[in-house]
Amino acid sequence: MSAANILFYIMSFIALASASYVAVSKNLVRSVFVFFVTLFALAGLYVLAMADFIAVTQIVVYVGGILVLILFAFMLSGRETLDVLQSPQRSIWKIKNLPALLIVALLFIVLFNVILKTDADHLGWVSDSIKTKNYISNSGDMTANIGVNLMTRYLLPFEIISILLMMALVGAAHLSRKERAE
Amino acid sequence: MISLTHYLVVSAILFCIGLYVVLVKRNAIQILIGIEMMLNAAILNLVAFGQFDRHNNGGQMFALFAIVLAAATTAVALAIVLNVYRRYKTIDPDKVDQLKD
Repeated sequence: MSAANILFYIMSFIALASASYVAVSKNLVRSVFVFFVTLFALAGLYVLAMADFIAVTQIVVYVGGILVLILFAFMLSGRETLDVLQSPQRSIWKIKNLPALLIVALLFIVLFNVILKTDADHLGWVSDSIKTKNYISNSGDMTANIGVNLMTRYLLPFEIISILLMMALVGAAHLSRKERAE
Repeated sequence: MISLTHYLVVSAILFCIGLYVVLVKRNAIQILIGIEMMLNAAILNLVAFGQFDRHNNGGQMFALFAIVLAAATTAVALAIVLNVYRRYKTIDPDKVDQLKD
């Protein structure tokens, strides 16, 4: 077992454990901060999948942007959001949660069977890419390649997504502005 | 090289946890966190398969686009949550059930 495998198991354990803590936690603030840990562990998994640029983007956008936004939203929406969660009888084994658990377990069984049947390591194009040396090894020049691809092959999606991002931000600013008192 | 099946299993578990959070929580912000978890599971799959596309970077590119889309949706969703709180004084999605004022 190589060091990458051990790191993979550690990272995925951290990610899954913190994600399940988010799922069962009663405290909103604590679950938001534990979600930080999930995102960092996922960034580690991206690094292990040879996608270092994606990992840095994940940290910058998610931890720096989205989580700060979430914290702002729940600070702005008052302490009533906390009171909903402080009510005592919220445990994971409550009868009300049973349908959700059932759905999730069934979905997981389906997904797991599909994954086992797919046998992703021996897919046609994956073996082709290994045969033609088209996979990413840890040579360290992938970010330049991403930049070149972004400006040539993926230029149209890039421009479209920049317009969409601008529209979303203008829309968000418009939605959250104070209504004028009349 | 880490087996692709491992990545797929981890992302399946993460997706299921995210789905559970979306189904169970009674707070719009936590539901948003669950959606982010599911998106991250999808991004993990894209990145894991993107390992085998050195020249075109298809998987990593779409992972980047998915991250940006997640940021855009979160900004809009949080603006909506703030508006809902201003109007109903609660962000429990079960209690927000009126279309008219």
